Amino acid sequence: MILQSFKCNLFNDVAEGEVSGRSLWQEAMLRLRRNKAAMIASAILALLIIAALFLPAFLPYGYEDPDWNAFRAPPSIESGHYFGTDQNGRDLLARTLYGTRVSLLVALVATFVSIVIGVSYGAIAGYMGGRIDQAMMRFVDIMYALPYILFVILLMVIFGRNVYLLFAAIGMLEWLTMARIVRGQTLAIKNREFIEAARASGRSSAAIIFRHIVPNLVGPVVIYAALTVPEIVATESFLSYLGFGVQEPLTSLGTLIAEGSDAMEVLPWLLWFPAAFLVLLLMSLLFIGDGLRDAFDPKDR
Amino acid sequence: MLTYAFKRTLTALPVLWIAITVCFFVLRLAPGGPFDGERPMPPGIKANLDAHYNLDKPLIQQYAIYIGNVLKGDLGPSFTTEDFSVAEQISIGLPYTLILGAAAFVVSILLGVLAGIIGALKRNSWSDHTLAALVLLGLVIPNFLMAPILQLIFGIELDWLPVGGWGDGSLRYLVLPVAVLSFPHIARISRLMRGTMIEVLNSNFIRTARSKGLSSTPIVMRHALRPALMPVMSYLGPAAGYLLTGSLVVEQIFGLPGIGRYFINAALNRDYGMVLGTVIFYMIVILILNLIVDLLYAWLDPRVRAQ
Repeated sequence: MILQSFKCNLFNDVAEGEVSGRSLWQEAMLRLRRNKAAMIASAILALLIIAALFLPAFLPYGYEDPDWNAFRAPPSIESGHYFGTDQNGRDLLARTLYGTRVSLLVALVATFVSIVIGVSYGAIAGYMGGRIDQAMMRFVDIMYALPYILFVILLMVIFGRNVYLLFAAIGMLEWLTMARIVRGQTLAIKNREFIEAARASGRSSAAIIFRHIVPNLVGPVVIYAALTVPEIVATESFLSYLGFGVQEPLTSLGTLIAEGSDAMEVLPWLLWFPAAFLVLLLMSLLFIGDGLRDAFDPKDR
Repeated sequence: MLTYAFKRTLTALPVLWIAITVCFFVLRLAPGGPFDGERPMPPGIKANLDAHYNLDKPLIQQYAIYIGNVLKGDLGPSFTTEDFSVAEQISIGLPYTLILGAAAFVVSILLGVLAGIIGALKRNSWSDHTLAALVLLGLVIPNFLMAPILQLIFGIELDWLPVGGWGDGSLRYLVLPVAVLSFPHIARISRLMRGTMIEVLNSNFIRTARSKGLSSTPIVMRHALRPALMPVMSYLGPAAGYLLTGSLVVEQIFGLPGIGRYFINAALNRDYGMVLGTVIFYMIVILILNLIVDLLYAWLDPRVRAQ
C-alpha cells in the first residue's frame, strides 16, 4: 500500500518534471532548521539587526545629542532613557544601537573583503598547482605566524582612524584560513570532467577559475564566512576598545565598553548594556556558524 | 631533525626582512613625525634633531643604515624617550610581558587539556555540560570585557585580589591578568582536546588496549594522550600570537609595565625606532615559538619528519 503510493508519487513527480530527491542544499537547510540552538540564535540575530537598523528612528533621542536635563541618569522607563545616559547626557540605548550597527557593518564589509581575497587566492593557488601553489601556500603559512594586529594598529595610527581603512585592514587580516580551505576544495574538483571540458574548449585559466571552479565552492565558503563574522566583530571591538577603531561621535560596541569600564563603579549601566549586546551578538553568530557547519558537514558532529 | 629545524629557520628570515621593510616604509610615508608637537619647534633645533636621528638623509639611505644596525643587533635610539635606546626599553618591559605570557601559556595548556580530557571521558555528564558552558563563556566574552568583569567581582566586590598594577610582583597581582589572558585559550584548547580525545578513544588501538584489560587511567595517559594532543600542538603556534595580542589589552587594563604598553604609546607618538624595534622583537619571539612548536610536532608525529 505504502509502496504503491510511493510509486505513485514517484511517477507523478516524474510526470510533472520534478526531481523527487532533495538536493544537498535542501538537505542541509532541513538539518539547520532542526538545530534548535542555531534557530534561536538566528531569531536573536534578526532581532538585533532589526533593532539596530530601525529602532533609532523611533527613539526620542539621537546618539550624539546631549539631553541637558539628564546627565549620568540611571536606566528608567519614565524619563525615556531606557538604558540611562552617559556623562555627556547622551542616550545609551541610542548609542548602543548605533554601535551595534557600526559593528555589524564592519563585520559585513570586512567579511566580504576576506572572502574576495581568500577565495581568489586559494582558487588560483589550487588550480595552478605545482611551484606556484607551493610558493603561494608557503606565503600563507608564514603570514599565519606574523602578529598582524600590530600592523593593523600601525595602519590605523598612521593613516588616521578611518572606518573604510578599518574594513580593509580587518578583512586583509582574516583571509588566510579562507584561502587554505578554498585551495583544498579546488584541488578536489579541478580534475573533474567539466573542468577538463572547459579546458579542452579553449577557455583561459582565469575564466575556468572564476566561472567554473569558484561557483562550486559556495558551500564551504558560506560556512567558513559565517564562522569568520564573529571573529571580525570581536577584532573590531578589540581595536575600538584600544582606541584605534572608529572615531567620536561615531561609536561602536568596543568603544562603548571601553567608556563603560572606565566608569563601571559609579555608572555600571554604561558597561552592562553594551556588553550584553556584544555578547548576544557574538553568541548568536557563533551558534549560527556552528549550525551551518554541522548542517553541511554532518560527519563532523 | 636538525636539517628540518635549519630549513624552517631559513624560511623565516626573509619573512622577517620583508616585514621590517614594509613597516619601515609605511611608517615613513605617513604624514607627521616624532618631533611634531603642539608648538612648532624652532627650525634650527628641528634640523639638528633630524640630523642626529638621520631623518634628514634620503629615505633609502636611512633604510640602509637601519638595516645595517639591525644586522649588528642594534635597534637604535628611542625618538621620544631621551637617553634610552630601544633595546634598553624593551629589556625593561620584557620581564613583565614574559612572565605574564609564559604563565598564561602554561595555564592555558594545562587547564585546557585537563578540561578536554574530563569532557571526553565523562561525556554528557553534568561536569561535561558545566565545562561546555564555561567554554562558551570563554569563546564569546572578549578579554577587554572579561577584565573589567573580573576586576569588579574579585577586586572591588569581594576585595580578594588587587585590581591592577604589578605591586611586589607576587602571585596575587598575576592571578587576574593571567586568568583574563588564558581564558579564551583554555576554552579553545579544551574544545579541540575533547573532540580529538573522543575520536581517539573510539579508535581500534584503544579498543585493543581495553580488551587486554588495561584500566582507564593508563589507557588515557599512555595511549590516548599523545595522538589526541596533535591538534592542540598545532593550535599552540597561532596561540602564541593571540597571547601577544591579548597582552596588549591586558597590560593596558591592569596597568602592567610590559612591552605592549611601550608599543601602543610608541605607535601613538610616532616613535619610529621604538615601533620598529618592538615589532621586530615580537616577530622574532613569535617565529621562534612557531619553530619550537613545529619541532615538537615533528617529534610527536613521525609522519611529519618523513616529509
